[in-house]
Amino acid sequence: MAFLHGLSKSHTGSGSGLKSRSLTPYILLAPGLIWLITFFIIPIFSLASTSTMVRPEGSQIGTYVQELRFANYIDAFLASREQYLRSFIYAALATLLALAIAYPLAYAIAFKSGKFRNILLVLVIAPFFTSFLLRTIAWTQILADSGPVVSAIKVIPFIDETFRINNTSTAVVIGLAYNFLPFMTLPLYASLERIDPRTLEASGDLYANGLTTFRKVTLPLSMPGVVAGTLLTFIPAAGDYVNAAILGNPNTKMIGNVIESRFFAVVDYPTAAALSFTLMATILILVTLYIRRSGTDELV
Amino acid sequence: MTKIAAPRPSLSHRTSRWFARNLIRIYAGVAFVYLFIPVAYTFAFSFNDAGKSNLVWQGFTLENWKNPCGAPQVCESVVNSLQIGVISTVLAAILGTMIAFALGRHKFKGRKTTNLLIFLPMATPEVVLGASLLAMFLNLRINPGFWTVVIAHVMFCISFVVVTVKARIASLDPRLEQAAMDLYANEKETFRYVTLPLVMPGIAGAALLAFSLSFDDFIITNFNSGIVSTFPKFVYVSAARGIPAQANVIGSAMFFIALIIVIVGQIVSRQRRKG
Repeated sequence: MAFLHGLSKSHTGSGSGLKSRSLTPYILLAPGLIWLITFFIIPIFSLASTSTMVRPEGSQIGTYVQELRFANYIDAFLASREQYLRSFIYAALATLLALAIAYPLAYAIAFKSGKFRNILLVLVIAPFFTSFLLRTIAWTQILADSGPVVSAIKVIPFIDETFRINNTSTAVVIGLAYNFLPFMTLPLYASLERIDPRTLEASGDLYANGLTTFRKVTLPLSMPGVVAGTLLTFIPAAGDYVNAAILGNPNTKMIGNVIESRFFAVVDYPTAAALSFTLMATILILVTLYIRRSGTDELV
Repeated sequence: MTKIAAPRPSLSHRTSRWFARNLIRIYAGVAFVYLFIPVAYTFAFSFNDAGKSNLVWQGFTLENWKNPCGAPQVCESVVNSLQIGVISTVLAAILGTMIAFALGRHKFKGRKTTNLLIFLPMATPEVVLGASLLAMFLNLRINPGFWTVVIAHVMFCISFVVVTVKARIASLDPRLEQAAMDLYANEKETFRYVTLPLVMPGIAGAALLAFSLSFDDFIITNFNSGIVSTFPKFVYVSAARGIPAQANVIGSAMFFIALIIVIVGQIVSRQRRKG
């Protein structure tokens, strides 16, 4: 996601006909951008238009007419503010958990893996070749009441007999963190790998101990990876509904679950659209603030 | 490997540093266990003599592997997923590579807008992408089905292809192309015989990424597929009444096939570099 990387490099001194007033780039861009405009931008407007529709009295299920009813947003939000808030809390917790797992992992691959580096990188991505739904269902088996994890924890004294992980918020957060882990690990690795080991040596030469070197040198230099990784984890996690549906219970429903059931079970398109739109707007605002605060313009 | 050359650290210092160094290796090992436990479960339960519900271990059998289409609708959904995956990958790879070349090799007005348009689909939750596309299809009275899924998959794969291929183009040594021009190759020949072969590994990687994103996508597909079943949709729908062990066979097989492709790709590119 490091977007503009190397652009300046490829522009200077390249001999492959960098004509500034040629039609070629526009011809190259047109088909793909038209696809994105038709099937991404226009649908967003379509969603916005659906979000203010109203179902006329006595009409068939699924029939809606445009009445510009913006109160749909307030109704939708009030009806599901719990799930809304919960989505962001779960997504934030899952992002922190994923960061805690992925940072040392990426660090170990970048600095401690020697010739095994490529193999380890493949191993980070490899689990994701198995269908993520199957892996999420495997988590229900691993975390089951009679499964290995719960049995092991129950050995500890003072743990209640009714202790369980499956169908709890813990299971949902574990599942979310797991599912988006490569999106966290790969950007972290990319930014750590770019650090010149000599800067770390220099820090040591200047009498910094390991912890200080990490805090003052490694961590700041890896910030672009931290920002990219947390965004790539947080955004899909906030909108996810599969983990909550498979690993959770009715009290752990997230906003994605509400949108899905509004669309399919209730056939209430305007509410689903209003909720989707609110979710996207909130995420875009959070992302913008976050990028500003962390001072990484490298992303967009 | 980094050696922090602090002058003569004390013994306790060295011990703690040794511990810290190996701690991170241990930690990474635990992280890999976390990554692979669900895969191991999926694989193990593909050998389960399960009958209808494959949640509890009931005994070892090879029947599921001998007869992967044994459960109803498994293979129909896999065939759908493969077809959707191949068509979407080809389209997304072509469209995305073209954009990547425009961004990496040309000056033009609207670069910022283009970058934003590439970035936004990746920064939008799937549920919003799926819901908005379905809202449009419904407003246009288009019934969702096979082709609406392809449209959706191409849409979200393009950005990933652009990012991957663009990174490859940016890492090329411009002197190689200059050398081709110096040897009287014209622009087309330079592109055909020098640039494109050099960018090809990037395109191949992007295609593999696009295919696995498409094959594994559930949320956007669920919104835009109507009655058409894909493999993830099949797994999700049957989760309630028990997933047949054949689904685990398909999942495990995909894992090994993808792993082999990646490893072979790595070996091939390494040998090319040597040769």
